[in-house]
Amino acid sequence: MGARVRLKRLTSLNTIVLLIVVLMPAAIFAQKEKASQGLDEQVQDMKADVLSIAAELSRLEEKLLYPSGTQVAVFIALAKDDHMRLDAVRLQIDGKLVAHHIYSAKELEALRKGGVQRIYVGNLATGEHQLEALVDGKHEGGSDFSRKQLFTIRKEVKPKQVELTLAGPSSGAAPIAMGEF
Amino acid sequence: MPDGRAGRRFIALGLALVLAALPAAGSDLRDLYFGEALYHAFQGQYFEALQRLDAELGMHRGLDEPERDTLHYHINNAEFSVGDFELHYRMDQRAGRAITAVLDGAFDAAVRNEAAYRLARIHFQKNQFDEALSALARIRGTVPEEIRDDIEFLRANVYLATAKPGEAVKVLQQVRPGESVAESVAESLRGFVAYNLGIALLQDGRHKEAIEQLDKAGQLPGSDPADLAIRDKSNLVLGTILFEAGDFERARHSLDRVQLDGPFSNQGLLRAGMSEAAAKQYERALVPWNILVDREPTDVAVQEAMLAVPHAYSSLNLHGLAAILYGHAVELFNTQIEKVDASIRSITAGNFLKALIREEARQDEGWVIRLRGLPDAPETYYLMELMASDDFQTALKNYLDLDELRSKLIESEASLKALDEIVQLRGQNYEPLLPGVDSEFRKLDTRMRLRLEERKLLNKRMQSMLTSPRPEHLATAEERSAAESLALLEKTVGKQPGRSESLELDALQQRVTRLRGVLTWRLETEYHERLTKAHAHLKQADADVDEMYRQYDAFIRARQATKHSYVGYDPQIAGLRDRVAEALQRIDTLIARQGQMIETAAIKQLETRRERLVQQQSEARFGVADSYDRAGHEGK
Repeated sequence: MGARVRLKRLTSLNTIVLLIVVLMPAAIFAQKEKASQGLDEQVQDMKADVLSIAAELSRLEEKLLYPSGTQVAVFIALAKDDHMRLDAVRLQIDGKLVAHHIYSAKELEALRKGGVQRIYVGNLATGEHQLEALVDGKHEGGSDFSRKQLFTIRKEVKPKQVELTLAGPSSGAAPIAMGEF
Repeated sequence: MPDGRAGRRFIALGLALVLAALPAAGSDLRDLYFGEALYHAFQGQYFEALQRLDAELGMHRGLDEPERDTLHYHINNAEFSVGDFELHYRMDQRAGRAITAVLDGAFDAAVRNEAAYRLARIHFQKNQFDEALSALARIRGTVPEEIRDDIEFLRANVYLATAKPGEAVKVLQQVRPGESVAESVAESLRGFVAYNLGIALLQDGRHKEAIEQLDKAGQLPGSDPADLAIRDKSNLVLGTILFEAGDFERARHSLDRVQLDGPFSNQGLLRAGMSEAAAKQYERALVPWNILVDREPTDVAVQEAMLAVPHAYSSLNLHGLAAILYGHAVELFNTQIEKVDASIRSITAGNFLKALIREEARQDEGWVIRLRGLPDAPETYYLMELMASDDFQTALKNYLDLDELRSKLIESEASLKALDEIVQLRGQNYEPLLPGVDSEFRKLDTRMRLRLEERKLLNKRMQSMLTSPRPEHLATAEERSAAESLALLEKTVGKQPGRSESLELDALQQRVTRLRGVLTWRLETEYHERLTKAHAHLKQADADVDEMYRQYDAFIRARQATKHSYVGYDPQIAGLRDRVAEALQRIDTLIARQGQMIETAAIKQLETRRERLVQQQSEARFGVADSYDRAGHEGK
């Protein structure tokens, strides 16, 4: 009889504990729900304010450091459905190294999904310039490859955007294709 | 019996899985800066993504002819992405506004319906259920295949949350994940749909159907961690229902299906033992319970098993062994109470918050577990349930976001200082040089204008010669000099009044006349050829004039750019500096408030667990005494 009473007690206790475990975190926060909602909204306002500050600062930086008359930006994209493993990209403008980027797995994934990386932004005088792109990567099989290509870009008075689309050796597409905007 | 809240936790998980899908970039991306925003978003850098896309959209909207802008090709996707990024960055208010703008805009039905779904999802997450239903009611016409199941799943969840389980059942019975085109999305919903249907039936009072449904949900195929977790959850809930109903055998079968190494395994083992014990099968109950007692001693189920095992031995009349095990339980509870006390002290000292923001602890998905390894970090096992809750996660993410925003503001402060220095240095460098440059420029400008006037005159003369030929205008310098000499000679030899004519004078006049004739002949006969050449030379001069204009414009631009590189920035920099300082002050207050909320919740959780541990310790002490007492009676 004693054992039955004890088991029953254990069972009900356990049910309580199970419910406590399921409900407790929500219950604790439920008491603070109103306060936390107000706080959450303040956090959102803060995010909006910092975004606005960052945007204004970014415009100011652009005006001061890369004025539209001399601005040149180089972007990197991957050819669609290309499975090469991109390791690094180096850029030289008029023989001077201006960018060297080694890719993390996260960055490579972002490129594969269709993202475009702004690898370089700087200033160039109007006229023709030599842009050399050096790409290091791995074939699908794991062996290394390296590609180098020289382009001539013409800088005019307006801002210049250059897109370099990279493709692996097995894709059949041009290893480094340039687009100018 | 599981309640709505437990169900909601799974609902939230289901939504999180759906939210993982980002707007896919088009294969032919036309706007590089939109591509850059996506590049950041794909890496989870939503602040940077929003900063980029906000700037792009702002510029696009400010254009006179936006259709000529490259973003025009992606404008629908961009408008959507802003809302999406804001949702991921937990800016629900702005996300809601962005999505409402799409909803009210001139978009096609598929786009508007997706916007309505996203808006409904925001309202649901904020517990605004009526608004969520209103947003869902706006879905009409073409619905994108990828979100068709998600919409119905959300609708059912809103019904469940608003105590309309019957409606939820009707909706969930219509959802057949896996039959849509977007297999991968729908597949991820299958377990959640099956489980929620079981819960909806249960809440609707249809116990028999609920048991059948949960039984199905507990046997769904799939090896994904989310599938396995929802399956375990279904089996655990089903086992609990059957156990409460006294159907111990079926309860045991259901609980046996809970994985031994899943997130619900400890609860599964505890409940399995209880089902056996309820059927007086104590020896069989000891099998799962003895597995459990060797596990992590901070777990609720393990701590319950520490009392359940000696209780089972006692029921088997092994009172001596029961007394020893109750003794072990007393020691364990004592140690755990000390641990909890130490954790409360650690949190009060601020170590919990410090541990949460340590970068090295957040490097992998198991960072919560890794917190324990950090010096001075509190015992996080006791906070696992709390830390897994949606509200705590929101509070924690807000805290981490605020910490990150603070770092960004400090960086902005440094950038502003550097920009200010650049402006001052440029001013110091250019200001003394410009007067000299301007003076030289003015001289050159005067000379240039003179040359341009000359060219204008020349052009006018050439134009008039086309209608009234003037060969003398095309004479060379030598010819002009000769003509002048001849004119002088003509005057000299012709002006001899009263002088008798001599043969010498006649001869001289004839020679002058002949020379005049030669000159005139040359000018007349070569006139057309010379005119053509003169036009060619004028055209060549035009090219030189164009080059001169180009250089002139380049100079003006460079002169303006020089001035623009340091003039007029002071008010903007000062304004930004004030904004950053003000934001830093506000953010410090917010971080303190958010941190206090997290610490209070953690301490409260620990205090609740401490109360239960003290209670269990008393029970164990009573068990020791009771078992020795019974052992003594048996001995007699």
